[in-house]
Amino acid sequence: MPSREITYREAVREAMVHAMREDEEVFLMGEDVGVYGGAFGVSRGMVEEFGEERVVDTPISEAGYVGLCAGAALMGMRPIAEIQFSDFITHCMDQLVNQAAKMRYMFGGEATVPMVVRTPGGAGTGAAAQHSQSLEAWFVHVPGLKVVMPSTPHDAKGLLLSAIDDPNTVLFYEHKLLYNRKGEVPEEPYRVPIGEASVSREGEDVTIVTAGLMHHYALEAAEALSDGGVEPEVVDLRTLSPMDDAAILSSVEKTGKLVVVEEDVKTAGWGAEVVSRVVESESFYALDRAPARVAGADVPIPYNRNLEAHVRPTPEKVVEAVRALLDARKGVYA
Amino acid sequence: MQDNRDRVELLRQMLLSRYFDEKVNDLYAEGKVHGTAHFYVGQESVAVGAIAALKEGDVITSTHRGHGHAIAFGLDVDRMAAELLGKAAGYCHGKGGSMHIADVGAGMLGANGIVGGSMGIACGAGWAFKRRNQDNAALCFFGEGAANEGIFHETLNLAAIWKLPVIFLCENNQYGMSMSVKKATAIENISDRAVAYGMPGVTADGTDLDEVHEATQKALERARAGEGPTLLEAVTYRYLGHSKSDANLYRTREEIQTWRKRDPIQRFAVKLEEEGLLKENEWRELDEEAKQRIEEAFEKAQQQPEPEPESALEDVYA
Repeated sequence: MPSREITYREAVREAMVHAMREDEEVFLMGEDVGVYGGAFGVSRGMVEEFGEERVVDTPISEAGYVGLCAGAALMGMRPIAEIQFSDFITHCMDQLVNQAAKMRYMFGGEATVPMVVRTPGGAGTGAAAQHSQSLEAWFVHVPGLKVVMPSTPHDAKGLLLSAIDDPNTVLFYEHKLLYNRKGEVPEEPYRVPIGEASVSREGEDVTIVTAGLMHHYALEAAEALSDGGVEPEVVDLRTLSPMDDAAILSSVEKTGKLVVVEEDVKTAGWGAEVVSRVVESESFYALDRAPARVAGADVPIPYNRNLEAHVRPTPEKVVEAVRALLDARKGVYA
Repeated sequence: MQDNRDRVELLRQMLLSRYFDEKVNDLYAEGKVHGTAHFYVGQESVAVGAIAALKEGDVITSTHRGHGHAIAFGLDVDRMAAELLGKAAGYCHGKGGSMHIADVGAGMLGANGIVGGSMGIACGAGWAFKRRNQDNAALCFFGEGAANEGIFHETLNLAAIWKLPVIFLCENNQYGMSMSVKKATAIENISDRAVAYGMPGVTADGTDLDEVHEATQKALERARAGEGPTLLEAVTYRYLGHSKSDANLYRTREEIQTWRKRDPIQRFAVKLEEEGLLKENEWRELDEEAKQRIEEAFEKAQQQPEPEPESALEDVYA
């Protein structure tokens, strides 16, 4: 398959364009997704190809248009709703949590809601507390929804195509700081399966489980640690729900040490779920250190650059956490 | 106006709806049903009159007070009774209960436990019809309580700007649980709000089946002609409490009696007699038949097996 380097933004767009060329029932709906091209330029050029009826600018009515998309999906269409900043998802919680996520189950399996909700999350842009959150764990907590958070252009394209194909409602988390990152992406359409993690770096000494932008921070940290003779294994979850337990457990069994790197706030973040799944399993006995989490501080995201950096995970914080873990007292099960 | 045989059928549907909910109310009183339900008794003419105006391929969305909508749409009372009793043979295989009865394949897109929860879904159905160039419409039932939810504003606006074939049918039954519409809104009619969205607003006497029917028909013509949505208000009244736990502390016995005197079933039956469409004693026969049909549905449902416990873990994902 011929491939070339494109940005994450272009990869997301390419998946949408491909799906819309293949299937008349796929459409994109959201605020400023038309001539403006989306707040982050993801849909730039699409309205010119597909017209205003399939690349649909909406009024500022997240509940209304996400509810509409859920209804269109119930009727068999394949809507992609864009929420301009993931913080605004609070406006459509009823539509996502009580409607889209529940219809199949409460109707006894007699309905499907094949909708994708794309949205950029995360901090690091100086946008402060209402435009920087990482709220994806909320949806991991809702049976009936799937949550994906690709970290590379390759996975963004492949996972978005899988999400559009999927008969369930899928939340597709992008990150503002990923849009300009480049990577190898095949020109042809392909699918990355939902629910499959990838081991992006092999190592023997410690397992780092991560997703999204944090995957890149983990890789940077791994390189720095490697210079010091520590070889981390990095597991990029890619999908948060359903979580790929097997990939996590097999890596932990190999290294005996677990560090989770996540951008959302630490308390009740999805990293807690990763740790629980390990310690509740037989793989617990493979651990020779207590697991650690590098996560956002339990505060809203502050505006000031230094304050913002202070509360977010960084590659340096990951390095520190791994070193501290290695220096910690060994467990009795070793 | 419907043809003569259809008119008698509409009376039959109202009676089925009435006896279904009275039966459920009794079963709750006897402690024989688990959970809760909301009764449509007194409002039957709205669902039956409006749904009779639909054609093949049209869809409805319903509310927490949805048994009457389901019956009028043609759902099978046996499977509805089975669902109320939580049986595997119910529409939702015992997973939905009263507030989630649906038959999506047939176009009944679901009762909904969230006030205003189905308004987005109705717009989605309208969107699908428009995109697919189908000559169909979505009939969205909601209560006057939902008219004060944010989703009301968002969906009416979206439907209006995109001229979606959606009929927003507000059943103004005077109370959102205990909250009187007079205290909850500062306007006379819910339909007055239509002007804010640039769509027609019509208030009909909800106890008069024909008036509801004609108003719905007009709204449907407009929707099918590509002219967009209508906000229809049917002024009606629920005789029974909000749900099984209601002690009716917020209204008087006299008020309920006043409305009962305008009973929609009674009114329609008398009308059919005057039109010569009901023979002597036929109303009584229909009444008895409907009562029997509902008794039979619940008796059959009682005999149905419970769902397998493991089925609780199925159908989360497709």
